[in-house]
Amino acid sequence: MEAFFEWFRVLYDETGINLPFLYDSYDRGRMFDGFMMTIRLSVVCLFFSIIIGMIGAWLQGSSFKWTRRLVNGYIQLFRNTPPLVQLYFFYFAIGSLLPKVATEYGGEAPALGSFAWAVISLSFFAGAFNVEIFRSGIEAVPESTVEAAEALGFSRFQIYKDITLPLAFRVILPALNNNLVNLVKTTTLAYAIAVPEMLYEANQIWSDNVNVTEMMLFLLLAYFVLVGLLVWAMNRWERAMKIPGYGA
Amino acid sequence: MNTREFKTDLPVLLPVGAGQKPEPLPRLKIWHGAALALFCLLSSTIGFAQTGETRAPVFDVLIRWMPLLLQGFIFNLVISVCAMAVGTAVGAMLGIGQISLNGWVRKFAWTITQFFRNAPWLVLLFFAMFLLPFQLRIGGLTIPLPDWLKAIIGLSLPVMANVSEIVRGAVTSLPSGQWEAAESLAYTRRQTLWLIILPQCVKRMLPPWMNLYSILTMATVLASIVGVSEIMTLTGQALAAEGGRPELLAPFYLFVLLLFFIYCYPIARWTVYLEKKFAVKG
Repeated sequence: MEAFFEWFRVLYDETGINLPFLYDSYDRGRMFDGFMMTIRLSVVCLFFSIIIGMIGAWLQGSSFKWTRRLVNGYIQLFRNTPPLVQLYFFYFAIGSLLPKVATEYGGEAPALGSFAWAVISLSFFAGAFNVEIFRSGIEAVPESTVEAAEALGFSRFQIYKDITLPLAFRVILPALNNNLVNLVKTTTLAYAIAVPEMLYEANQIWSDNVNVTEMMLFLLLAYFVLVGLLVWAMNRWERAMKIPGYGA
Repeated sequence: MNTREFKTDLPVLLPVGAGQKPEPLPRLKIWHGAALALFCLLSSTIGFAQTGETRAPVFDVLIRWMPLLLQGFIFNLVISVCAMAVGTAVGAMLGIGQISLNGWVRKFAWTITQFFRNAPWLVLLFFAMFLLPFQLRIGGLTIPLPDWLKAIIGLSLPVMANVSEIVRGAVTSLPSGQWEAAESLAYTRRQTLWLIILPQCVKRMLPPWMNLYSILTMATVLASIVGVSEIMTLTGQALAAEGGRPELLAPFYLFVLLLFFIYCYPIARWTVYLEKKFAVKG
């Protein structure tokens, strides 16, 4: 393995193509950390955005006019404003209002760091899309199916868990996957508030080594492969979950 | 025996989006305006009370910077319109390339489309910003490439890929009978495409295209990260010029959010309306 990495140092000496994230163990660690941070951010945001989507879809079925309006207001507000400004608003405006906590070094730090704010902001952004997606899925389950389950003595929670959700899930999977792919691409915005994800680490490396071209091309390729793999896996999953005869 | 008899009225699943009614927009009444004015007045007085007499109240500061921020916002809109124009022109060609009969053209167009569709917008913007030269020399002619022009190029790349997919999707969504009917009337492939297929596609492409424009408009603020002086950069500078007062942060960012919301929300409503209008009945 070490010989493989060393080959890139030779490549740099011979051709000037500088890929320090391969031959330099420090830069390799940074790049790997950035990659893991991108994945961690994506997974955590995905988890929270799905929860927001479920709660939002449930609240949209509420019989109170103002609850429905509030959820709709949230959806429209987050869908029609730039995610970057949302991120800034959360991180700078709301973050500065929070109390500071003492750190172990004796200094003061904000109660929530940049990673936490990135998670909150991106989850709310992706969640706004998920609410609509979940609602459309729940609405696609016919009333008669629910009634049939009621007639068989299922409880309300059982119906939701065993009848509505599994059916709705298959319907919303394509839209949900689309949103997930968008979410992974949106995690690059966390760069703006210095979350050390892939773009940020790549920026650090090209600032140190002055190899913008190589890093830029690698970054594009890395995201292309990451998102490409995700799309491929999701498409396979969609095909496996497809209901025969439903849809086109 | 009629096959209709077997048709059940108990479907496993209903078609997605059928019968869902969006919440009607709350109508504005006079008391809403009065409440809003009262809120503005109160919040500015609270800001005044917090800041003391030596500093200008929050609302006044915002009013003072408003013309500059609006200029920045118009610059954002200019960037979005230009990027959309470039992206649509190139993307339409790529999209037609994706349905070409020539396998190599098809593969090439598909690869380009997938590559730029999978890359994050911010990374593509960085790509255009750092890898394009600051000026182009063609013979004796020197064309300067200012950063806003590079931002337009950088933002038009993902737009191009998405438009390409929209065109391809619209063409493949047309029933194949259209192609066959045109063939039986002795239209050439080019004629079929220009006179029969594409005119029908425009209707189908319009809603996703408008949706894309809305996304692009919201993505123009990304240009602030790479230093184009659009609204986000100007907001940051205005905040710095006011001495970085923390109580100013929320109103300024809210103002930017509001501007984008006022611009993008009607587009979103209109898109939904067009989708409903153009929806195929059945």
